Amino acid sequence: MSASGDSAVAFRGVGKRFDDWVFRGVDLALPAKRTSAIVGESGCGKTTLLQLVNAVLRPDEGSVEVLGGGVPDAGLEAFRRRIGYAVQGAGLFPHLTLVENVSLLARLERWEVDVVNARVGELFQLVGLTRDLDDRYPHELSGGQQHRAGLCRALMLKPDMLLLDEPFSAIDPITRVDIYGEFETLQGHERVTTVLVTHDIREARRLADYLVVMGGGGVVQAGEVDEVVSSPASDQVKRLLESGA
Amino acid sequence: MNRVVGATLAVARLRQCKVSFGRHENARAFSKRARRARRDGTSPSPTTLALIWAVVAASSAIAADEPIVVASKNFTEAYILGEALAQLLENEGFEVDRKIGLGGTKICYDALVEGDVDVYVEYTGTIAEAIKDIDGEPTREKIAAALAPDSVEMLGDFGFNNTYALAVPRQVADERGLARISDLPDHPDLRMAVSHEFLERPDGWPGLQRLYGIEEVPAGIEHALAYEALADGSIDLTDAYSTDGELKRYDLEVLADDRGFFPVYLAVPLVRVDLDARAKSVLRRVAGTLDDAEMSDLNAAAVFGGRSTESIAASYLVDKGLLGTDADADVALPQDSLVGRLSRNTGRHLFLVAAAVLPATLVAVGLALAIFKLPWFSRGAVYIAGLMQTIPSIALLALLIPLVGIGWLPAVIALFLYALLPILRNAVTALTSIEPTLRRVAVAMGLKPAEELRHVFVPLAMPSIVAGVRTATVICIGTATLAAFIGAGGLGDPIVKGLALNDTRLILEGAIPAALLAVVTELVFEQVERWLVPGHLRSSNTAAATG
Repeated sequence: MSASGDSAVAFRGVGKRFDDWVFRGVDLALPAKRTSAIVGESGCGKTTLLQLVNAVLRPDEGSVEVLGGGVPDAGLEAFRRRIGYAVQGAGLFPHLTLVENVSLLARLERWEVDVVNARVGELFQLVGLTRDLDDRYPHELSGGQQHRAGLCRALMLKPDMLLLDEPFSAIDPITRVDIYGEFETLQGHERVTTVLVTHDIREARRLADYLVVMGGGGVVQAGEVDEVVSSPASDQVKRLLESGA
Repeated sequence: MNRVVGATLAVARLRQCKVSFGRHENARAFSKRARRARRDGTSPSPTTLALIWAVVAASSAIAADEPIVVASKNFTEAYILGEALAQLLENEGFEVDRKIGLGGTKICYDALVEGDVDVYVEYTGTIAEAIKDIDGEPTREKIAAALAPDSVEMLGDFGFNNTYALAVPRQVADERGLARISDLPDHPDLRMAVSHEFLERPDGWPGLQRLYGIEEVPAGIEHALAYEALADGSIDLTDAYSTDGELKRYDLEVLADDRGFFPVYLAVPLVRVDLDARAKSVLRRVAGTLDDAEMSDLNAAAVFGGRSTESIAASYLVDKGLLGTDADADVALPQDSLVGRLSRNTGRHLFLVAAAVLPATLVAVGLALAIFKLPWFSRGAVYIAGLMQTIPSIALLALLIPLVGIGWLPAVIALFLYALLPILRNAVTALTSIEPTLRRVAVAMGLKPAEELRHVFVPLAMPSIVAGVRTATVICIGTATLAAFIGAGGLGDPIVKGLALNDTRLILEGAIPAALLAVVTELVFEQVERWLVPGHLRSSNTAAATG
């Protein structure tokens, strides 16, 4: 596979170490305008790989190309604002209300009040949040509402890319199915490149077009979801796929 | 605004000069000038400082329209004599700034040398033994020669000799046939307790013990409590001053110093050499006006007669005809109502606390924000701030006197240092314990460092910061009462005076408002918290770290 022109993220010979190497020699191209899922057992470096994309971490070897260019050395904040980020547990700021959390970046970017308001309304409608929740603090919201708010916050600035770090793993199964539906609505509407980290293969198969299986200090297999499902590259991949059957 | 900054700068500069010149004579003029600038709010621009220095140094005449600072040590007799000198000068038209009850020997003398005080009453024996270490018989000439390098001059003494004495209840003296100190070695079972200072001073117990061959070592006791202890029979002997009013009141017998151990303690006004010549001549009038018994009566009137030291000082001046021709006219006593005193002391107290806590908040929170991402610095800063907290407040105040003199400035500096720790520790703790996910989200969503502080870190740490400032403020309200020991005023003033005069009413006049102030502070901070912190994050609802 090659890092072709329609890829949004390209890893070239990427290695990352903390004390020991987490992974080395990762070559990977994630398709633009579609959803890629990174799966693998815990500790295989899924989240680390994701954090290389928005430069929260830097590679120790190799290079990462994002949105058609290298990661900049200066002006990282502007770069990161083009990339929405949602995290497990939602990570809402407890001192801000729902609407303050969602609109924080837009207000810092000095958007007009009306524009902010319209965008919040649009997002809320897409994920099924109602405006009467605007002034609630995070602890006054249900887990599902918090995660929907986390998605809205990540999408507020109409980013070029969306990074999701196990965003749905702390939600009860029934709510989760609802949110999957809303997420698909969102995806249909916003058409944004999405990279999803999850340990749940069913979630990956449901939401993603492209699948990256990690393990053993690198990428085991990467390809279209159907392709990986029909011809798993190893027993490990096979077992992983069966775990979600 | 520039004028204020200018004046502050000028004062700071002048202060520095003063410190570097040390005890040089010019330091005096500098200090005067600095105080004037501070009081008037005039603002000599830094560029003209050299000129001002030249003028001020050349002409001590400028000092003539300064108020004369009259201080006193902090016991009954010192209050009366200090107040008498102040009234005497006022009667002659001088403007007087009172620092009555300023502190012990070291604080008063150092303040005089530094030029923060113009006159106070000291004792010749104390000068010879504790201040100057004069060998042999301390004659007037020797003492004057020893004081001269400090630009200090001794005026004529009041006439009485307030020396140390050993006092025993008359009943005990009669039963045992005790009359002289040389009888003491024969009574090893006497229960003795003397003041802590007397126990330590070379002209106190150690020397006495050697000369008279006494083997027993007395216990230490607070002087004001010793008489009560004698009266209820729990001790048999204590040290006293020979003019103490209590000697009469408690029917005590003074043991004769038959081997002439105690030096002579004549009360003398000490003045700055450069004090206005007419003021000096006015102060010389008190020479030889009181004998031991008269002084003892004045002291007794303060301690047991329930009269204020101001009115006792006034009667003394009138009785001795020291107020000039219209002596029968009413002395203009400083008319000071309880409400007036309370509001003045409380206002002063609030000023001291605010002037310390506000800058401490800015410094501590700023420092915490600057270093909380660096674990080593955070820990180091909290340790250093904790170190400040371990310095006893009285010691810290005493250490600051040589650097910045007496008055409100050293008090505010000390309170500032005490306020740092609770604020800094709370802020650092709160900032470092912010949930890692939130910190990661703040970075990943692209907040700039300043936005991160403004919108995430500071608001999340706010409940603890408010709690820290609240703790610091309450600590400072308590500690600020000690500032009265160095002439900073505030609610400590009546407390210190009350302790010296053994006057519970005066102590309460300071202690009750201070306690109320602490309560009001708590209420105010609850309101502040309501403004700054959303309900579910308030310290009353969560377990906030406090100092």
